[in-house]
Amino acid sequence: MSLAEPAALPVAASTPPRLHIVTRFTARFRASLPAYLLLLPSLVFLALFTYGAMGRVLIDALYQRATPKAPLRFVGLDNIAAVLADPAFTGAVVNNLIYAVGTAVPSIGLALLFALALARTNAVTSTLRAALFLPVLIPMVAASALFLFIFLPNVGLLDYYMGRLLPVLPNWLGDPDIALYAIMIITIWKNAGYYMLFFLAGLQSVPEDVMEAAHLDGAGPFMRLRYIILPELKPTFLFVTVIATLNAVTQVDHVFVLTQGGPSNATNLVLFYIYQQAVEHYDIGMASAATLLTLAALMALTALSFRTMANREGGP
Amino acid sequence: MKLIGRLYRHAPLATRNEITPKLGFALTVLLALAWLIPFLWMGVATLRPASDGINLMAELVPSLKPTLDNIRDAWEIGDFPRYFLNTTIICTGILLVQFVTITLAGFAFARLDFAGKTPIFYLFLMQLMLVPVLLIVPNLRLVAQLGLYDTLAGVMMPFFASAFGTFLMRQAFEAIPTELEDAALIDGASLFQRIRHIYVPLSIPSFSAFAIISVTSHWNDFLWPLMVINSPDKRPLTVGLSVFTRTAEGTQAWGTIAAGTLMVIAPLLITFLIFQKRFISSFVTSGIK
Repeated sequence: MSLAEPAALPVAASTPPRLHIVTRFTARFRASLPAYLLLLPSLVFLALFTYGAMGRVLIDALYQRATPKAPLRFVGLDNIAAVLADPAFTGAVVNNLIYAVGTAVPSIGLALLFALALARTNAVTSTLRAALFLPVLIPMVAASALFLFIFLPNVGLLDYYMGRLLPVLPNWLGDPDIALYAIMIITIWKNAGYYMLFFLAGLQSVPEDVMEAAHLDGAGPFMRLRYIILPELKPTFLFVTVIATLNAVTQVDHVFVLTQGGPSNATNLVLFYIYQQAVEHYDIGMASAATLLTLAALMALTALSFRTMANREGGP
Repeated sequence: MKLIGRLYRHAPLATRNEITPKLGFALTVLLALAWLIPFLWMGVATLRPASDGINLMAELVPSLKPTLDNIRDAWEIGDFPRYFLNTTIICTGILLVQFVTITLAGFAFARLDFAGKTPIFYLFLMQLMLVPVLLIVPNLRLVAQLGLYDTLAGVMMPFFASAFGTFLMRQAFEAIPTELEDAALIDGASLFQRIRHIYVPLSIPSFSAFAIISVTSHWNDFLWPLMVINSPDKRPLTVGLSVFTRTAEGTQAWGTIAAGTLMVIAPLLITFLIFQKRFISSFVTSGIK
């Protein structure tokens, strides 16, 4: 019966080409059905809370209510214009930029120092690593509760110990010129140990024999750091920078507990502004416009970093 | 200095004989100690009697007459058992549903060939970039429309699907030899039987890594539950602690705040100290994504 198979071919070819494509499509779909069913639970929730949410932000940003109970009114780009013209928003953006750079640079620098010092595993280094990692595990709210006392004027921990060294002490959370830097300390304290882990992982890819050879060739420690270790850690740097940037926009719990954005908006960050617009002012249009702008900025940044990363990997 | 010299001899090549090598190591030791100061203060302040007065509150040397009064007060003022229960329900609920969704999706991406695999994969990838925290406004509206405002289910729902978890399980499943599945196929095992009896048991380490990441992050979540929950008896630990702190701050009850904070962070810290290695490796994996 083996001859029957080639004989069947002309029959298949005689069906109209269009139908052929359709049957092939349905056959492919039928074969894919189990996979679709397995993906369905995930896709339902992703569609509701991620992609759908994106779409709703886009639509909500185009509408406005005069009062919380009034009907929706299409306002086009008015919300976006209003947000951009709101000094509270632009102030929050500036604060957030200062906050992002001011937390990312020190915490990444410290993380690198910690990783270099604690790369080899022994009882001492793992204890030190654990000490530096502890803040990563606690809620930002709990960290803020502790720092509330640390920053307390006069009787707080910082003033109690620093009062012996400095004649004049600032009001850490009460002074608009200082409050933003005070909450940055919490973020650095909380994140440096996290970024340290990635540098520790990255350091494992530095080949010991190359280090050894460079050492024998008389390359000093600075040379080895500059020409062997840091180039090897480039992807880690990029990755940690992306994470630190995202954290700077998404971690605002300390603002809630410590300052509520004050004094005089000095610690207002973008996400806190969005929260204020939505929950305190019931202004979904403004909140959505601000969300949209932030999302666009973040996605552009992430896309850019992915591209840089891809170029680097493909490059020489 | 002798101790530092001895520790330093074990330092890795990367740092040995650096420009200021001993200084770098010593600095790290000093900073690690400084990093612990907030925890130290929390412990000391929790046990300090109120009779010591506000002026000694910042003293890091423990009081000679330690007391448990602060813990008792915190326990009575804040509804901590309730907060614990709520947080536990939220974390467990999210994790259980996630286990199902990421197993199924991870298996599909790891072992099945289907039309549109690449675009759907990118769709998942997008979730990693979108930063769910930023989507609180539309998601709060959706949760309200679904009638889930002020419910624990409303707090949990946005996290039921996890792109990170899906990728983690995909990686774990891809590492499992297909021969095992082929043998089960010959024995007539169905798709679900193969997942349940071959893929899941062999991927326990990945599941536990994911569980650590998921529970830690949702245990610490604040902004989203703050927005969804209105009733005091549905507050999770973080929201409870923030309300508690605000109340106690007004009465300058710093010992009570320290005790409350200790109660909130103790479970995770103790678990971490027991499973240190596993925690650290999970957190490193979480970065790989």
